[in-house]
Amino acid sequence: MKKDIIIIGGGVVGCAVARLLSRYEADVALLEGASDVAEGASKANSGIVHAGFDAKPGTLKAKLNVEGARMYPALCAEVDAPYGQPGAMVLAFAEEERAHIRTLYDQGVANGVEGLRVIEREEILSLEPNVNPDVVCALLAPTSGITSPYELTCALADQAAVNGVDFLLDTFVQSVRAGGAGYLLETTRGPMEARIVVNCAGVDSARLHNQLCPQKLLTIIPRKGEYYLLDHTKPLVFSMTMFQTPTKMGKGVLVSPTVHGNLLLGPSAIDVEDGTAVETTAEALKLVADAARKTWPGESLRGVITTFAGIRAHETNGDFVIGAVEGAPGAYETVGIESPGLTSAPAIAQMLAEQIAKENNLSEKAEWKPAPRREKPFYAMTLEERVAIVQKDPGYGTLVCRCEEVTEAEIRAAIRRPVGARTIDAVKRRTRAGMGRCQGGFCSPRVLEILSEELGIDPTEVTKCGGDSRLLVGTIAEAARKGGA
Amino acid sequence: MLSQELRGQVQYVDVLIIGAGPAGMAAAIAAREAGVENLLVLERENDMGGILRQCIHNGFGLHRFKEELTGPEYAQRDIDRVKELGIEVRCGTTVLSVDGERFVTAVSRDRGVQLFEAGAIVLAMGCRERPRGALATPGTRCAGVFSAGTAQKFVNLEGYMPGKRVVILGSGDIGLIMARRMTLQGAKVLACVELMPYSSGLNRNIVQCLQDYDIPLMLSHTVIDIQGRERLSGVTVAQVDDRRQPIPGTEKHFDCDTLLLSVGLIPENELSQQAGVEMSPLTQGAVVDDSLQTSKEGIFACGNVLHVHDLVDFVSAESFKAGKAAADYVQGKARKGAYIALKDGDGVRGVVPQRLLKPEGEAQSVQVMFRPAGVYENATLCVMDGDREILRQRKRILTPGEMAELTLKPEQIAALSGADVTVCVKQ
Repeated sequence: MKKDIIIIGGGVVGCAVARLLSRYEADVALLEGASDVAEGASKANSGIVHAGFDAKPGTLKAKLNVEGARMYPALCAEVDAPYGQPGAMVLAFAEEERAHIRTLYDQGVANGVEGLRVIEREEILSLEPNVNPDVVCALLAPTSGITSPYELTCALADQAAVNGVDFLLDTFVQSVRAGGAGYLLETTRGPMEARIVVNCAGVDSARLHNQLCPQKLLTIIPRKGEYYLLDHTKPLVFSMTMFQTPTKMGKGVLVSPTVHGNLLLGPSAIDVEDGTAVETTAEALKLVADAARKTWPGESLRGVITTFAGIRAHETNGDFVIGAVEGAPGAYETVGIESPGLTSAPAIAQMLAEQIAKENNLSEKAEWKPAPRREKPFYAMTLEERVAIVQKDPGYGTLVCRCEEVTEAEIRAAIRRPVGARTIDAVKRRTRAGMGRCQGGFCSPRVLEILSEELGIDPTEVTKCGGDSRLLVGTIAEAARKGGA
Repeated sequence: MLSQELRGQVQYVDVLIIGAGPAGMAAAIAAREAGVENLLVLERENDMGGILRQCIHNGFGLHRFKEELTGPEYAQRDIDRVKELGIEVRCGTTVLSVDGERFVTAVSRDRGVQLFEAGAIVLAMGCRERPRGALATPGTRCAGVFSAGTAQKFVNLEGYMPGKRVVILGSGDIGLIMARRMTLQGAKVLACVELMPYSSGLNRNIVQCLQDYDIPLMLSHTVIDIQGRERLSGVTVAQVDDRRQPIPGTEKHFDCDTLLLSVGLIPENELSQQAGVEMSPLTQGAVVDDSLQTSKEGIFACGNVLHVHDLVDFVSAESFKAGKAAADYVQGKARKGAYIALKDGDGVRGVVPQRLLKPEGEAQSVQVMFRPAGVYENATLCVMDGDREILRQRKRILTPGEMAELTLKPEQIAALSGADVTVCVKQ
């Protein structure tokens, strides 16, 4: 396979880059090792659109964080991804931490963050009555937002796909080197060739960088973060994202509402060797629960519906590495995209796509199709809207996921999207089916059946998340014939 | 507020029953037999019968029918009666909302969104299984981890095998039943692991589903790690101390491709909570009086949505009462009187009902159900009216795995002082 541009990595950054490159006259492919986009760090992070007070002024992180955060509301509206702006607080529980709150304030002002204020105990408690009354002061950041990182990634991918980007999933890049028209790639789907390569491989990005640029090696230390996710509640326990005063390992454990009204506790921050090792551990979960209790003394884990872990791609020099790969003309990269990577993704993509277009004389297409419109989710519809939609499409009359109120029509639509769902988890990310309190106990057999129908595969071939993650090992008739395992 | 157009679509129903499992069907039969003509049952699945449809093992009906039936056979008796009585049941219809004024919205493929105003509502939505996520068991999120009931559905209703080498966490009845079912289907069940020092399943299931097949029951053990990138490759099991914390050095590894969870059932009360019904944190069901009426007038609850039962026979018995009470309510025959609180004392968890009506007219006997908080041998069950003991019963064995019950006689109800009534276990 030969392409003008190959993007490696289907996370939020890769998909955002793909979307913007789809504006230009070029034959673009995106390669993703997993069975879906957003299967790495983009599906397992805090989902915060950071205001931009954390990063040191003058760094790329600071610049792109603030730019990215400003782009979010319009971008999410444009591609139809969830976004909310509940605001955030960074809490100080001792007078000694006040200096740090002040530093964050000063950094934020220097970075151009709007509306920051240092507020005192009484105001904190009036805004967030469930916060620990031992709180001393807090930095209030009203522009802090939240999004659904995996839904955003899927939406960016869809717009890229309708504008011609070829999404090759289950395609892991083993190696990349100069050759042919530009670069030669060895992948699990055979050799490929491209004039331009763009490395957006997240936790794996240093490996590809080092193949392209052996004279200046980069190191990524995978830093695992574990979370608790609690069921949605009305009213919310906290209306804003509640941070604690940060440490050198990161922003500490937050307690935050999600865009769907769930409550998220986490993450831990533990350096690990294996960038794909996203198992949870008893130790880290306990650490998260204990740390979150400092913010939320009334913490109740009764509402926990799941726990999960994600990996941050921590580059040892500490800043984002974005742009042309040194000594490798036509190769570009985004390395070390850890927090505030999700926030910065739109700005990273804009910066990189403009650079690629300019340096390679790409011309804009006459027409760039908008992101495909999707129906509003059934769970978010008013009664009147529900009446109307079921009249129009009876598939909305069958509720498949009762916890999150997801209908059969929506599951079929998710599978038929431009970058469509092909696994149980991919359906979950696009529709929320299985995302609720029963965790797919009731709906997974039905989702499996719909996937099998839509994809034209046997039910035993349906997987949870690609590879060998099949749910079923055979029919009972076969099992009976074999007379046992 | 409803638009004019939608208001015109609202259908009035005397008694609306949510769920056509054993609870909903019994409530419907009782309401119709009590003379309610305008009666409607809404069921989200495409068939009546609820979870019984996938319980193809026998052991159902011993109390109610004095014979041993399979789940589908038991359900069929009620289905036949529902049909015989001409009760309207709308299957494939999911209730979307219920409010305290008994306004209900539902949706189905063939009828679209449907709006109802009900004279009385019987909540009979059943329960769901506690998932792995709620346990926060460490490890990967691979395929091959199922709740036992989901696996049961795959095997018994869909005809697929979810795995070949199985560990079962939790000794709830569905887990025990699935240990046998998977074994009969050719899978190797390596162990049934139970956190508590006793099983929460029925003794007959431990004998017939584990012991008969030489499947070890590991009490005071739990799964501490789940391994496997894509499909489950193994689990680590460890013994726990009396605070239920894993004891280092007791870890044991099992190579397996399937982990089935039978770690508790949770009444499915989202609609009850929407309706503003007062809930019990102990049963996780509604707080009800002895006619099974919730804190919202005209809204009744029965079966596993009220509290998780061990036997369907008792679900049916309770639900007949709820259906009759809903009929009485819409027919203006509801009893009047003063409420007296019924509370858990030592050794008792989750009494149902939580309120006794001391009626103005003639009193009726009241059946009280609860779970013992621990295992007690040769214990005494007591009912206290304030400080006064009004009932005492010897019990050879009490265990949390088997629901306990006692009956207060009409004369005992009539003589209640008005103080809180407490049920307790005395050693």
